[in-house]
Amino acid sequence: MKNTDLIKLPFSKNNPILVQVLGVCSCLAVTAQLKPAVVMAISVTVVVALANVIVSLLRNTIPPRIRIIVQLVVVSTLVVLVDQVLKAYMYDVSKQLSVFVGLIITNCIVMGRLEAFAMVQKPWPSLLDGIGNGLGYSVILIALGFLRELFGSGTLWGYPVMEKLGLYGIGYENNGLMIMPPMALILVGLIIWAHRSKNKDLIEQ
Amino acid sequence: MRIKWVEQMFDKIEPTFSEGGKLGWLHSTFDAFHTFALTPKTITRSGSHIRDAVDSKRSIIVVIIALLPALLFGMWNIGYQTYQANPGFFNSQSSFLNFWWFGFVRMLPMIVVSYLVGLGIEFAFAQGRHHEVNEGYLATGLLIPMIVPVTTPLWQLALAVAFAVIIGKEVFGGSGMNFLNPALVARAFLFFAYPTHMSGDKVWIASGWWGNDAIAGATPMGQLATGNMPSASVLDMLIGTIPGSTCETSFIAIALGALLLLFTGIASWRIMLSVFLGGGLMGLLFNAIGGTTYLDLPFYYHFLIGGFAFGAVFMATDPVTAAQTNTGKWIYGLLIGAFAVLLRVANPAYPEGMMLSILFMNCMAPLIDHCVVARNIKSRQSRISRTSGSTGKEAHNG
Repeated sequence: MKNTDLIKLPFSKNNPILVQVLGVCSCLAVTAQLKPAVVMAISVTVVVALANVIVSLLRNTIPPRIRIIVQLVVVSTLVVLVDQVLKAYMYDVSKQLSVFVGLIITNCIVMGRLEAFAMVQKPWPSLLDGIGNGLGYSVILIALGFLRELFGSGTLWGYPVMEKLGLYGIGYENNGLMIMPPMALILVGLIIWAHRSKNKDLIEQ
Repeated sequence: MRIKWVEQMFDKIEPTFSEGGKLGWLHSTFDAFHTFALTPKTITRSGSHIRDAVDSKRSIIVVIIALLPALLFGMWNIGYQTYQANPGFFNSQSSFLNFWWFGFVRMLPMIVVSYLVGLGIEFAFAQGRHHEVNEGYLATGLLIPMIVPVTTPLWQLALAVAFAVIIGKEVFGGSGMNFLNPALVARAFLFFAYPTHMSGDKVWIASGWWGNDAIAGATPMGQLATGNMPSASVLDMLIGTIPGSTCETSFIAIALGALLLLFTGIASWRIMLSVFLGGGLMGLLFNAIGGTTYLDLPFYYHFLIGGFAFGAVFMATDPVTAAQTNTGKWIYGLLIGAFAVLLRVANPAYPEGMMLSILFMNCMAPLIDHCVVARNIKSRQSRISRTSGSTGKEAHNG
């Protein structure tokens, strides 16, 4: 695989959420508003990219039988670092994300990339693969955060868009369903639907 | 009976809409109107085909006729409730027809919006998939405005209809493939998306044209949720002169529809009966526990308040989403009734237990059927091995 593909493919043909259907749990939980979604997206991208590099560097010294434990130690270390940085510099967002920062450890995208890619590839491709998958995840997360905050709360990044447009005056109301996780699942489903009807080769028989 | 000029007109424009014609891409739309107006000319040519005279078009028509008593009563009740809350509104012209007209004028836009949006999406999907347009939406489209508060804004209704048709039905392959009742999906959408419009004291009674001056009127369920007995008498609730969703208040009007559905065999009597049985048993159980107003509520009150009767007659019996096996229908109905009463009494946060209970059992229906079929196969296999002794083993493999 070419190095550019490692970055490009996860955006569409091999998107972690749309095609691999990984990391769905966090994408339902943290996308009610745009800001936590963006922060989560950056955190996961950083963790996947760095974990990929570290595990790739260690790959020849990790005994296969305990590789999951080693990977978990690497990932947990990075997640704790991310958590501390968030607590120090973005305390309010960190509170909003609550357990979901810690739960990056269990994010299937991270473990999936480590197992499938970093364990058998050199550090540079691993870094690109990590960034690519992290960004592929980010795109969906930010799209969901955008739609859900705009139609669920009428704001974007806390800015009252709908109010400034004067929509409340003519009878518009926020959609309470958008704030609930089930609607995020339905939105992901709709995005997958659109994505597959554009990429017909992804449709299973 | 064929009307000559209609037939001639369809014959004349048919080539335009056929494959390869100028408007060939609109074939599904043409076909829908053609078969709606006239019996298709095409006949089955090979083999023998035994068919029931009641096809899906006719069953839908019967369902719509069965809905009429509740619909007409509901329209009258909209006017009557407004008069009760605010007699000045009618300028002393409080006749039967005035009430009915008042309600008709408020129901009509909801029905039109529901049909326009729903059928528009159905036609678009049928066209895109080169399918025939299915008539299932004709019933759904009438049901949706009948189970929402009269003050529901039209744009919210349109959104709910679009959600129900696309997410509730078309993504699964269209009519007959959906596992949730689309009308209830629409209501559930409104219930979760715009909760302030679906419950409380301010939504049940129509007022000025744009609902600016909301009038308070608590439904029996609303009163129960605050710990009071319903102020309406049993007779009021039987007739339906109480606030509530547009057309689900009258037990008698719904019962008339139920009789037609049962007489024509379109709805399953097993489901209808078992829903009431399940609700009644659950009510009796709560009465035995007792303690609060809701627990002590006589069990038959549950049939009369909220959407219990309407749901049992028109929603739970939807043949697409209900259980298919006869034993399964009993289990399905009993659990719908029991869960509806359980939700009402145990979780006042969700006042309308019937909707959630039917949707939940819609999800469970395939599982129930699977278990019933599996059990039947097992019992028949054990019968074979009992009667045929040592050869039973081979029967198992078959």
